[in-house]
Amino acid sequence: MSNPATTSLALFADQYGVDTAVMSSLLSAALAHGGDFAELFFEHRVETGISWEDQKVKAASRNVAQGVGIRVVRGDAIGYAYTESLEIDAMRRAAETAGRIGRAGERPVPVDATPASVANSCYSAAHPLTGVPAPEKVAILERADRAARAYDPSVARVDCSIADELKHVLVARSDGRVVGDVQPLIRLNVSVLSDHNGSRQTARTGGGGRLGMEYFERVTPEDAARDAARQAVLLQSAVEAPAGTFPVVLAAGDSGILLHEAVGHGLEADFNRKGTSMYSGRTGEPVASPLVTVIDDGTIQGSRGSLNVDDEGNDTRRNVLIEGGTLRAYLQDEISARHYGVTPSGSGRRETFKHYIMPRMTNTLMLPGESHPEDIIRGVEKGIYAVSYSGGQVNISNGDFVFSLTEAYLIEHGRITAPVRNVTLIGNGPDVLSRVSMVGSDYQLSDGRWMCGKDGQSVPVGVGMPTVLVSGITVGGTSVG
Amino acid sequence: MTSNLDIARRAVELARRAGAGQCDAYLAAYDESEVTVRLGETEKLIEAGSRALGLRVITEGRTAVCSTSDLSEAAIERLARDTVELARISGSDQYAGLPEPSELAGPALPSLQIYDERLGALTTDEKLQMALDCETAALAFDPRITNSDGATFGTRVGEVALANSHGFAAAYPSTSVSLMVEVMANDTDGKKRNAYWYSDERSLHRLADPAEVGRTAARRALDQLGARKVATKQVPVVFEPMMAARLLRDLASCLSGSALYRGATFLAGRDGERIGSALVTITDDPTIPGGRGSRPFDGEGVATRRTPLFEEGTLCGFLFDCYTARRTGRATTGSAQRGVESLPSPGPANLTFAPGNVAPEAIVGAVADGLYLTSIIGHGFNPTTGDLSHGAAGFWIENGRLAFPVSEVNVSGRMDAILAAVDATGDDLTWFGSTAAPTIRVREMTVSGL
Repeated sequence: MSNPATTSLALFADQYGVDTAVMSSLLSAALAHGGDFAELFFEHRVETGISWEDQKVKAASRNVAQGVGIRVVRGDAIGYAYTESLEIDAMRRAAETAGRIGRAGERPVPVDATPASVANSCYSAAHPLTGVPAPEKVAILERADRAARAYDPSVARVDCSIADELKHVLVARSDGRVVGDVQPLIRLNVSVLSDHNGSRQTARTGGGGRLGMEYFERVTPEDAARDAARQAVLLQSAVEAPAGTFPVVLAAGDSGILLHEAVGHGLEADFNRKGTSMYSGRTGEPVASPLVTVIDDGTIQGSRGSLNVDDEGNDTRRNVLIEGGTLRAYLQDEISARHYGVTPSGSGRRETFKHYIMPRMTNTLMLPGESHPEDIIRGVEKGIYAVSYSGGQVNISNGDFVFSLTEAYLIEHGRITAPVRNVTLIGNGPDVLSRVSMVGSDYQLSDGRWMCGKDGQSVPVGVGMPTVLVSGITVGGTSVG
Repeated sequence: MTSNLDIARRAVELARRAGAGQCDAYLAAYDESEVTVRLGETEKLIEAGSRALGLRVITEGRTAVCSTSDLSEAAIERLARDTVELARISGSDQYAGLPEPSELAGPALPSLQIYDERLGALTTDEKLQMALDCETAALAFDPRITNSDGATFGTRVGEVALANSHGFAAAYPSTSVSLMVEVMANDTDGKKRNAYWYSDERSLHRLADPAEVGRTAARRALDQLGARKVATKQVPVVFEPMMAARLLRDLASCLSGSALYRGATFLAGRDGERIGSALVTITDDPTIPGGRGSRPFDGEGVATRRTPLFEEGTLCGFLFDCYTARRTGRATTGSAQRGVESLPSPGPANLTFAPGNVAPEAIVGAVADGLYLTSIIGHGFNPTTGDLSHGAAGFWIENGRLAFPVSEVNVSGRMDAILAAVDATGDDLTWFGSTAAPTIRVREMTVSGL
């Protein structure tokens, strides 16, 4: 079995002549006007996709991209340039452009680039989906279509797709460290439209991860398709959601979006060192109920949000952000870690070589507690049981965040009753987390479907949660009184 | 030196040689720069260029699209063969195909004033100065403004080239320039009240004055100091122009041909129906001179034109590309949006909600008890049903005046009811990028809070 770091090194050396001598030379050029450090981020990315509609393949696609992004850091300022051409002249020009953040007259820094090994092994790129023959993928889509249509006669449309990606990356840093990785990523999407006497509802599911075809043995296309069909049909009998502040029970798994929005972004160290997050200066303080422990872990096997090494060449790891309600740490990239005088937490990510590094989440999860999930629901007189989501958003300065429900039910007298129409919940981070009054023992990691956006850059992430009761959060329904 | 158009033409030629039925090649090239200043210091200097090609092949109704940024002859030849090969796995779709030759633009393309040659010539220092002027004005506006997330000045100078197997081949240059700033003031409980403001145009002379952008952001941040949650209520909601533009973008997803043929829009089957009030007139127009979304031809080469969508409340149009038009038995409206890596898909270019002739102060003045909306968060809109539920902030209106700031609430409703309940539109039409709207009042929506 080949080592992804050496595989990646070999690809850039063999196909583009990028060896350690070239890397050292470019890094020195980048630092010709000084700077605290610099890195080169080489990327070669193949994405393939097959979409399915009207019971046949709608289209197939294949995109190949490659390039290098070059960053020079001086204090907390960056110079950045990229080029799609891996010809030496183009790369040198990009290095010089990035180097303009330096101050003229500073002395150039010689760099001795040396490949290093990577400790983590969170996924295998031995059999990526990008190399799987199309008919095998088409068969997956066909199975999803058949299962969704068989679920209910009201299923009128099934649109699905398989998207997969194989990324070779190489990070070369001015401290000499060179690390590589090969990163697979797959995603199955199923969207179902139910048409019942002219009343139309749609629902979507998705899943995948840093996996190969073995994913579909664990989560079959039939599972995904039936889940989308079930949700679409369920919405046909949905009632108006209530409006106002209610207890909400969040089901295990995707409800981890709560963490992503309520604290995750707010704990990214760039916002905190700039003082723009409402969590700035609050390490060591209680920011949540004592039942709440929040982790960001970039090393979970096969998870969509995992990385063996982050995009600035630091090892990923398991980071405890909140422990028993107390704020312990921020998510640190290299720039922020230097500012705070701590070790980077392996949280430096970028969307592609065209983008600069920011502290980002990987897999953000809450540790399970002691309560039985059934007891949690039983204890609610009138509230909402939230199961599936379309997404969320947060304002990290005032802490207000939202997440939008696509499958949710009324809880009445401790029992789950009617499904409710799509609705958005809004709360304020520390306030909502302090209202976590019960934490279940049933932890689940989300299936691989989430995309996180920050400052125009999207990266894949994971979330995980046990069943949790939030004693009060505002439900944006239309039924008043 | 091979032009972008030559490369696009060559890709089409090579695809035909490799056995493609119909095909088109879309090349997007740009140089971009971005400078950020924070608390008076340079924080980011970014500069780079990109050039990439997407090739779409449709053979016997079977479609594939492949892309590359390696534009060497060998790479394009490989791209052509790969795309032709890949199309074989698609199902045959009778509606897939290029535009009819008569639908294509040209040969003379309209001059839309979407290219400003000054942008490519701006020096880094000039760009930094504009960002600095913007942030300085924001920070100086009031001593309670204590922090900034920075001011960013960005430029993009580019060209789009498109060629297809009907012999269409055309290119157009375009530019864009933007300035954005975000500042904050400290409130109680560790909260910071932040606000941003921006200007996003095609040319420098249309860009808002940097100091004015800064002052607007500062004022909006201060406006939110002391914001509180309110009780749940059904009340009139006044959308400031930026929020009305946001509402319009939600509605735009219901007006696309792709949502229509899938039945995934609450507007399906309702052509000619009076859905909105008489104040609801909405158009899309890619031909507006200097418009942020203007272009001479769409992502398939179809000539662009103005498309009415709502006329005094009556639904009168949708936005189509060729595929979605054929699926629904209509004609393309020249609305194909396209990226190098994807198939075309219909979307708006310059979307406008027609203004009225009432002053915005009078619109607020007539509300005894309601919400003035200045901020929306989340993506809580379902185009299939029209259900809308968004996180919100703004001001509470009491007896016709903005009484106190509000945050951490939600506004909800159903889009058809919302449109029917538009009972006032202002004379203050304002552009936000490629969407324009005036102040709009909706007679009743649910505000969820305590």
